Amino acid sequence: MTEEARTVTLTINGQQITAKKGATILQAATEAGIYIPTLCYYQPLTPYGGCRLCIVEVEGMKGFPTSCTTPAAEGMAVSTDTPAIQELRRNVLELILSEHPYFCVTCDRREYCEQFRGQVQKTRMVVGCHTCPENGRCELQKLADYIGIGEISLPYTPREVPVLRDSPFFDRDYNLCILCGRCVRVCQELRGVGAIAFTYRGSHALVGTAFGRSLEDSGCQFCGACVDACPTGALVEKTAKWLGVPERSETTTCPHCSIGCQLELQVKAGKVINSIPALSGINQGQACVKGRFGIAQFVHHPARLASPLIKRDDILQEATWDEASQLIADRLPEYRGEQFALLSSATNTNEDSYIAQKFARVVMNTNNIDNSASFYQTPLLNGLIRRLGSGIIASSIGEIENAACIVTINGSVASVQPIAELKIKKAVSKGAKLIVISPFKVELCRFADSWLQNSPGSEVALFLGMMQVIISEDLVEQAFVDKYCENFNGLKESLAELKPDFVEKTTGVSWHQIVEAARCYATTKPASIIYPLGSIPLTYELDSVFAICDLAMLTGNVGKPSSGVNLLGMLNNAQGVYDVGASPYLYPGCQPVSEMRQKFEAAWSCKLPSMPGLAVTKVFDAIDKGQVKALYIFGQDALLMAMCSRYKDLLSKLEFLVVQDVFLSDTAYLAHVVLPAASFAEQDGTFTNTEHRIQPVRKIIEPINYARPGWWIGCQIAQKMHASGFDFSQSSEVMNEIGNFIPQYRNADDGHFGMPTRGREKAGDKAKFMPIDYEEATEAVDSQYPLILMAQPSLYCFYASVDVQSKMAGFSRLCDRELLEISSADAVKLGISDGDEVRIVSRHGESIAKAKVTKNVLCGTVCLKFHFIDSLFRLTVDRDVVTEPFEIKLCAVRVGKVQ
Amino acid sequence: MESNENDIGDILTCHKKRRESLIPILQKIQDKLGYITRGTVSEVAEYLNISESEVFGVASFYTGIHLTPRGEYSVKVCEGTACHVRAGERILDEVERKLGIKHDEITRDGKFSLERVACFGSCALAPVMVVNKDVYGHMTVSRVVEILRKYR
Ligand code: SF4
Ligand code: SF4
Ligand code: SF4
Ligand code: FES
Repeated sequence: MTEEARTVTLTINGQQITAKKGATILQAATEAGIYIPTLCYYQPLTPYGGCRLCIVEVEGMKGFPTSCTTPAAEGMAVSTDTPAIQELRRNVLELILSEHPYFCVTCDRREYCEQFRGQVQKTRMVVGCHTCPENGRCELQKLADYIGIGEISLPYTPREVPVLRDSPFFDRDYNLCILCGRCVRVCQELRGVGAIAFTYRGSHALVGTAFGRSLEDSGCQFCGACVDACPTGALVEKTAKWLGVPERSETTTCPHCSIGCQLELQVKAGKVINSIPALSGINQGQACVKGRFGIAQFVHHPARLASPLIKRDDILQEATWDEASQLIADRLPEYRGEQFALLSSATNTNEDSYIAQKFARVVMNTNNIDNSASFYQTPLLNGLIRRLGSGIIASSIGEIENAACIVTINGSVASVQPIAELKIKKAVSKGAKLIVISPFKVELCRFADSWLQNSPGSEVALFLGMMQVIISEDLVEQAFVDKYCENFNGLKESLAELKPDFVEKTTGVSWHQIVEAARCYATTKPASIIYPLGSIPLTYELDSVFAICDLAMLTGNVGKPSSGVNLLGMLNNAQGVYDVGASPYLYPGCQPVSEMRQKFEAAWSCKLPSMPGLAVTKVFDAIDKGQVKALYIFGQDALLMAMCSRYKDLLSKLEFLVVQDVFLSDTAYLAHVVLPAASFAEQDGTFTNTEHRIQPVRKIIEPINYARPGWWIGCQIAQKMHASGFDFSQSSEVMNEIGNFIPQYRNADDGHFGMPTRGREKAGDKAKFMPIDYEEATEAVDSQYPLILMAQPSLYCFYASVDVQSKMAGFSRLCDRELLEISSADAVKLGISDGDEVRIVSRHGESIAKAKVTKNVLCGTVCLKFHFIDSLFRLTVDRDVVTEPFEIKLCAVRVGKVQ
Repeated sequence: MESNENDIGDILTCHKKRRESLIPILQKIQDKLGYITRGTVSEVAEYLNISESEVFGVASFYTGIHLTPRGEYSVKVCEGTACHVRAGERILDEVERKLGIKHDEITRDGKFSLERVACFGSCALAPVMVVNKDVYGHMTVSRVVEILRKYR
């Protein structure tokens, strides 16, 4: 198409402008910098045409069309502000204002309001802008200024409805609502939730929930999108409500999951007071509850470490940085080599983790360096590398919305990577087929063409079944398989023996449904498999990943846009932490320790150990045997596992333990030296998200008290130990050095893809199909332990200790303690009612929880939130098993009411 | 399964799983059960794959669809503009007091239920109150007792 065919030319207020074909008059005008007042229009939504404030006149058209819904056409002559239009707008706005306090809108001393506001805002009723919490964001004020409203002839009739405070994060004062519908539409259309709707009619019309239930009971996920959409003070955050207008706001990357939404942090008086999703980035103006309401309180959490602490007489006492780092520098040299280990947190910035591994290798001369994601992630990444030729987790989150078929596994994507869920819903709205494979009923089931409710841990059998269908019905993409894969016949033979009734019996899913799903996946292309890491029981996870990869390869769904196997990482920098080398086997750039030693010896000008180091689980074994005597825990909750009492015992065997954390964690109490790390909002750096986008982290405020960035701390100690190569004064200098080893990280903080994102076609060798045996469950149910317990992630939990979580307002309420979800059928059988205290007993131990009777789990299955890892440990681990990753997500239990 | 749920199963399955089916489904349920129960709202939502709030929103929009059980005598008080101007609210208050229930509620004996209605189209008679099919115009507060007594 030529340029002309794609554009139209029109005049607005006599000015000639060109607009994209299909654009509305409003879009064309906005693009050209011409203002048209709007109210019900909200950029991310389809135009609604409800408020009639955006009316214009078009030559040759009758009446006053609404510019938000009328397409711009070639040769149109539009006027946006004739006296007739302004008069009509004034009438509309006056009508709207008869239901909304308007003193604040018409007051001519408004600009002084903020100055004199003081405490008055605490009054129940809004009578002017000095009692409105909208903090100068009110769109009515802007409209009134433009349209010119002086006196209003209609009387103001307050609705006098009570302010609704049931949501933990924002209040709803519908006395200020002008019924523009933006909140309702954003919740239904964009978030696909529909927690709120217009209810009743006429003068009783109000935004509300079914039967006036709380938002929580109406399926609300507290994403805050409605708050952002609201043009008035009807919906406002609880915390930022009375803090007034922010002084400034800056964009940075959310640290709470591996999507890495771009957020604008608002600052007042040196404190982060609020966080709003930015329009840039993959999230495009959306976020989830953690990014929207869990930033300010995270940064200014009461458990933040204020200064370095040194243990004297068994008590942690405040110390200066100099004392603390000197003590570490004095003590560490005696443990050089195999007696030392370092564990970097997968929540650290890339710069932090790079310095951490360099410290271990160069200063301490050991490869005993691992990261907090490795416990679960390393085996999986190895699996991916073997199958798809690349350990890159996902292709692209943005591409999901263009897939023609999506298979999600375990559906917990909503709680682990909420933005990915939005993309799935978007794809469905564009016509994609959605297959949900999940033992639990999740929000996505509502959008699915087919929901396969499998019994927990039976995923592998289900995938094998699907493969068999694909092969036997000849749905294989043979050209792809021939070109890129080996051993197809081996796979074919192994699957020939698989019996449909075996699959049915194991999975609890009908063969018919499996056949349908397989056909749909194999024939609707591009098809994308989405699998939030950590959502399948560990025992089956690696085989599941193999099976998923095989499914994708069989159908040629690899290496093409919107296809592939998308494993979504849990922790925000789970990808970056490997890239920069925080692994016992890998140097920066994922270069194997076994092969690349000379290169790094030259680069760092020192001798490096030749053997790979110990992985985290082996480190504990070595601590037990007295081989590792000093441990440095580098970053936030790098050892969440340490809450297990067994690990705690082990940590107290250490001669020297350094814990560097943002919070005073449980582990910190066991340390000899505790170092306060800066939070993500207090330092510059980068995170690499799950699709391998290297994203900037910005220093928004000064570090709190004596906290310092992790890389700075590492360098400080290294220099005290007279090591060279640690004289960095800024994080960007660290990044420059990383760029020497990983070209893709050079000038990387502009958010581009750091590495090839599509596996197979880039790899030199062929992928090999390997028959997978379905392993019978190790945790089988019997008459003693008749129920299967599975751990599930929660949207409302942070990757932080239970203690930190419990002091996060709102979040603590939504995920306050161990909740055991149990089906109504099982509950009736066991005489348990909702809210009862129950005892869970497994073959390994027992725990107490509160019962939640729900329709969402299968009869025979119960579910605990993964966050309460302490309970899970008690239920799943025999005390002395610590040297291998173990099954923590699945076990057979019995449940009884506590009398 | 409660019998209630089985009851509307047939109604659901003879409609397509589309948003457009919502109103016909609600009407059929009302014909069968007399009103839309809380349980049916969630069943309909589940069947049509929309949220309960959406179902409730639509149900509460139409005056012809009831979300509360209806008494033997259904009392409706108009709150339209004309009635509002002539203090229709005072009539509503009085009925509420006399029956001991709020609007959208039902008396314990199941005899009376009370609703607010936007407009009956008999504005000339404002304020208006309707009991089943009987229309009472030019209402005054003092007539309320006398009218209700007729139905006791
Ligand atoms: S917070 Fe999100 S889910 Fe909840 S009502 Fe608002 S838009 Fe809907
Ligand atoms: S609450 Fe806000 S966004 Fe929702 S309808 Fe009212 S004014 Fe509009
Ligand atoms: S989806 Fe992830 S990155 Fe985005 S706001 Fe939520 S936690 Fe943060
Ligand atoms: S903005 Fe166009 S009708 Fe409301």
